[in-house]
Amino acid sequence: MLEIKQLSASLEDGKVILNGVDLTVPSGEIHAIMGPNGSGKSTLSYVLSGRDGYEVTGGSATFEGKDLLDMEPEERAAAGLFLAFQYPVELPGVGNANFLRTAFNAQARARGEPELDAVKFLRAAREAMKRLAMPDDMLKRNVNVGFSGGEKKRNEVLQMAMLKPKLAILDETDSGLDIDALKIVADGVNALRGPGFSALVITHYQRLLDYIVPDRVHVLSAGRIIRSGGPELAKELEATGYAPMVADAA
Amino acid sequence: MAAVAETLDTVQSLTGSGYKWGFETDIEMDVAPKGLNEDTIRMISARKAEPEWLLAWRLKAYAAWLNMVEPDWAKVGYPKIDYQDIHYYAAPKKKPGPKSLDEVDPELLKTYAKLGIPLKEQALLAGVEPAEGDEPARNIAVDAVFDSVSVATTFRKSLYEAGVIFCPISEAVHDHPDLVRQYLGSVVPAGDNYFAALNSAVFTDGSFVFIPKGVRCPMELSTYFRINAKNTGQFERTLIIAEEGASVSYLEGCTAPQRDENQLHAAVVELVALDDATIKYSTVQNWYPGDANGKGGIYNFVTKRAACRGARSKVSWTQVETGSAITWKYPSCILQGEDSVGEFYSVALTNNRQQADTGTKMIHIGKGTRSTIVSKGISAGRSDNTYRGLVRILPKAHGARNFTQCDSLLIGDQCGAHTVPYIESRNATAQVEHEATTSKINDDQLFYCRQRGLSQEDAVGLIVNGFCKDVLKELPMEFAVEAQKLLAISLEGSVG
Repeated sequence: MLEIKQLSASLEDGKVILNGVDLTVPSGEIHAIMGPNGSGKSTLSYVLSGRDGYEVTGGSATFEGKDLLDMEPEERAAAGLFLAFQYPVELPGVGNANFLRTAFNAQARARGEPELDAVKFLRAAREAMKRLAMPDDMLKRNVNVGFSGGEKKRNEVLQMAMLKPKLAILDETDSGLDIDALKIVADGVNALRGPGFSALVITHYQRLLDYIVPDRVHVLSAGRIIRSGGPELAKELEATGYAPMVADAA
Repeated sequence: MAAVAETLDTVQSLTGSGYKWGFETDIEMDVAPKGLNEDTIRMISARKAEPEWLLAWRLKAYAAWLNMVEPDWAKVGYPKIDYQDIHYYAAPKKKPGPKSLDEVDPELLKTYAKLGIPLKEQALLAGVEPAEGDEPARNIAVDAVFDSVSVATTFRKSLYEAGVIFCPISEAVHDHPDLVRQYLGSVVPAGDNYFAALNSAVFTDGSFVFIPKGVRCPMELSTYFRINAKNTGQFERTLIIAEEGASVSYLEGCTAPQRDENQLHAAVVELVALDDATIKYSTVQNWYPGDANGKGGIYNFVTKRAACRGARSKVSWTQVETGSAITWKYPSCILQGEDSVGEFYSVALTNNRQQADTGTKMIHIGKGTRSTIVSKGISAGRSDNTYRGLVRILPKAHGARNFTQCDSLLIGDQCGAHTVPYIESRNATAQVEHEATTSKINDDQLFYCRQRGLSQEDAVGLIVNGFCKDVLKELPMEFAVEAQKLLAISLEGSVG
């Protein structure tokens, strides 16, 4: 499904961030990416989702055989790629429900699928919100404006639940969450788990992986994947820290 | 910053070059020679067979104008206007002010159909479905002003039955002379300011609305202004009177052909609200803004003022200003009646080389008067957008309150946004609040929207729409739709 080969990228000022990343995430699998600060985790998620400000200097990234790097951000979204933001953005004056439905219908249109009318959409959104323990008025509020950190992250998961992506990238979704919110967010991801869904969970800590158990764990350091393994690799990291692994790779 | 560059392109395609109302109607016109002098004024007055008092009023205004200088305090720049190089009267040939819609020149009907303004009322009156290809009938009475004259006014009969007078002001002069004489110039005196004096001297047509005591106007009224003729100024005059307990919602729309020369539009609007009367006045101003390099476009110098004379009277101005090369406009309220209320909701969008200096004046005279000002300025391209507002509390306005919110949104780094609030309070019990913000559409917001599947244009539309929401929600439904389209906004869903 997602195939990344020798992907290298730098900032506009020339600073190299990704330095030959190799990664394959088969359909139906959840992979975790761990790594110290500054290892390139967030850059990887931005390059895959098409944010401006990064220059791909080598390698490739394909999604279901399509060249991701050649697509506009909205085309990647319509193809089924979803990024849960580390810092969800506020949109003053834009109602959450309106935003979600506009996004849903834009993707449906791009895929040639039928759009949802207001009533059906609202029903679906309310159900998803119940599962995420979000109060109804979150739909009426403006997108992320005045939301607490936990509410913002839950709002990201609500969007994911509604947009039903094939590939979700969760960029440190666990940061700033208390344990109850963490469980709710993990439940949201686990609910989507199945043959047509895969995820790339980016995190600093083992904690989230207790609730979203990954099929594979990769360690990113200095823009490269230096080790890959099963869920036990996360436990090892928790015990030893990144330093010995980084030293080995150097 | 590629995203910002793309945004600029998007906005450009939405406003400047995307002007869809720029066509010209080919119709035989009766045009006065260029130039302004007493004879021009006598000719206009004669064309309209006006009574002597009105000619005298015009000539007095002209004399005042000759002794005035063009104001230069606004933050706008333009070459000197040659007032002798303008036609002051242009009207489609044939009878001005036809008695029935059937007499209206088919070319004109076509023009308004093209602009989306239906001048047919039969379908709705007879309760039949509109014929295929016809616009579905809307329950709005329209006065259509084409250059210097009103060419059609719909639904006059059904309004008349309700006691409402809605007709061209040139006809009101004949049919309701006492009302016109009583109120004309009572809010904006003939010599009020340079452009108002000019208007008073040469105004040609406009709408007259009278809502008698206790009547709620049964439908929305609207006037649609169209400048068509070349090198012609449009000087319309609108007068709306709501007697005790009356209420009315009035809409105004404007477009003009795309031309390389600048054209002058200097209108005057006067509103009078007596005890417990309510007037809601909404404008979607979409005069031709000129091209990307600032060539052509309308100079829009307008004086709009409301007198809240009665106790508990209320006037609400809502404007969406997207057009004109230059906008100079300050819809104001004189809050004289006790507990009277003035509101001003404004969206002003400037792009390319457009310049807007707009805002309001709230003059609190009576006890317990209240005013609300919400202004949203959006600047893109190399445009300049200024909010200029005055809140004046006079000594007797005990307990007066004002709340002002001015927000500016910048797109790109070559535009300007300016906020110039004047606050003068001479009563210690009054409360005046002013809040102002300036922000930019940022790449994070655009990327967030696009990551969720929205195109660049839809993302900009959504963000701009969100920014303007507090104002757009004040517009009547019909106009809100037009305004949203104008701001290139995808429709706000009925959800939420």
